[in-house]
Amino acid sequence: MLQYIVKRLLGVLPTLLIVALFVFLFVHLLPGDPARLAAGVDATPETVELVRKDLGLDKPLPQQFVRFLSGVIHWDFGTSLRTKRPVAQEIGDRFMPTFWLTVWSMVWSVIIGMAIGIVSAVFRNRSPDRIGMTLAVSGISFPAFAFGMVLMQIFSVQLGWLPTVGADTWKHYILPSLTLGAAVAAIMARFTRSSFVDILGEDYIRTARAKGLDETHVVIKHGMRNALIPVVTMMGLQFGFLLGGSIVVEKVFNWPGLGRLLVDAVDMRDYKVIQALVLLFSLEFILINLIVDVLYGIINPTIRYR
Amino acid sequence: MTMEADTDLVVSAPAATVSEAVRTPWTEFWRKFRKQKVALIAGAFVALLVLIAIAAPWIVPYDAENFFDYDRLNAPPSLRHWFGVDALGRDIFSRILMGARISLAAGFVSVAAGALIGTLLGLVAGYYEGWWDRTIMRICDVLFAFPGILLAIGIVAILGGGMTNVVVAVAVFSVPTFARLVRGNTLALKHLTFIEAARSIGASDWTIIARHIFPGTISAVVVYFSLRIGTSIITAASLSFLGMGAQPPTPEWGAMLDAARSDMLTAPHEAIFPALAIFFTVLAFNLLGDGLRDALDPKIERR
Repeated sequence: MLQYIVKRLLGVLPTLLIVALFVFLFVHLLPGDPARLAAGVDATPETVELVRKDLGLDKPLPQQFVRFLSGVIHWDFGTSLRTKRPVAQEIGDRFMPTFWLTVWSMVWSVIIGMAIGIVSAVFRNRSPDRIGMTLAVSGISFPAFAFGMVLMQIFSVQLGWLPTVGADTWKHYILPSLTLGAAVAAIMARFTRSSFVDILGEDYIRTARAKGLDETHVVIKHGMRNALIPVVTMMGLQFGFLLGGSIVVEKVFNWPGLGRLLVDAVDMRDYKVIQALVLLFSLEFILINLIVDVLYGIINPTIRYR
Repeated sequence: MTMEADTDLVVSAPAATVSEAVRTPWTEFWRKFRKQKVALIAGAFVALLVLIAIAAPWIVPYDAENFFDYDRLNAPPSLRHWFGVDALGRDIFSRILMGARISLAAGFVSVAAGALIGTLLGLVAGYYEGWWDRTIMRICDVLFAFPGILLAIGIVAILGGGMTNVVVAVAVFSVPTFARLVRGNTLALKHLTFIEAARSIGASDWTIIARHIFPGTISAVVVYFSLRIGTSIITAASLSFLGMGAQPPTPEWGAMLDAARSDMLTAPHEAIFPALAIFFTVLAFNLLGDGLRDALDPKIERR
């Protein structure tokens, strides 16, 4: 097992390196001179040259890449062009709100999504299934930002039950995490349903029923474990969706998180921040998929590690 | 959807053996697809949307960008303005119709480009394997390492805002999905006997890929195509909502929602109609995709 984890970890390294290379090259793909961008619009040519030297932009590209990499490893992403503060510090301030937002969204959407999926599969082609799947297909069709606006209008503005913007108390988390999780819950429901429908048609389920087990037992004990295998993989992919979705949701709720930082950075062409965030988001996504792979191995004993 | 399938199949199965002498893939597909009422309605709605998108410039009651009704700023829906008026006095109904043109074009063009490139890459990777396969799949892995919309934002940050760049961005993130899908199908098909037969009579690689393997991957591509268009329309609208896509005064649905945010309290209709427009459009593509999948996937029949 440990060997498998180490092997997967090593397998991720090339992808990480290429992602880092992409992110590094990103600055050089931006239209215009990065040194001029950093120095400001009305800098004199001398200042631009100074900045170029200071940022190491006068060195050959491979050397710059090595410098960039060693910076990343030491958690040093340079200075934000907009606020003049270290990028690592900017990110540090914004990390937790986004982290908790995605975690809570994931938790409730997986629970609700799987519950809907299982109920739909058990009551296949009957009304609970129809209701569940109608909800699910609506969930994947309603854009998160519109859903967030609707929720905010109803629960914050009309009813006044929940706060509108900010991330101070647990109440602030309710609407944004609902908004962010809705589509994931919908996808999980659809996926769990089809996975369960497949499993419930298997011979060993018929055997379990034939030996007189009650239906709850059959579904939970025999169905669940096997149906969950593909569902766990799906969960990992959905986390990426959540990370991306948080960017949109954070704008709706004016959330002090990484997503809004990224949107602001793109607006202001603060490329140091963009670079760091794109790298961080991808890193997070890759790590989560790695964890999912390991989980997959734990719940599916038929996988042998070489 | 699948729910309809079970009962109907029982009825039609015996008849099929007698009357339908010729069963081309097309008739087979149509036999299954037309039983799915929901997907049929969704398909009809998509067709209607396409017509509206094409005819929009000639059927809008007002100019979507340059007509300003200054006496009715933020006015709610009325007979004169079916969906009401926005903060600048523009007719929302006209803007929604013109927006259909933008969203459908963005969704269709981006997915078509992504599907075309992805399918080609998938065919090459699956057929030749080896070095080609490793390189192409590694690139796909890297593209997959950026969560969805983030890749699009990165591309927009490089190329700058605007709808064209959004289309490019969405196309790029559709490529790996199609590449993986087609590669998987190609790998499964290439060891079958009919491919071996084609090779033994001296067919070239490209003939085999184009005439024998590609048709086998079409059904999967078609299903994903429809489902992807829904996702792409949402992504494009999201980018416009973030201010990175369509720029004002373009009547793009996501941008309209963004503009409506400040008037949510006094004029909610400015947000409701573009939101519903996105919802129904994406819903139609998703339901159509579900129906296509149920009609094209041989696995479904046994359920």
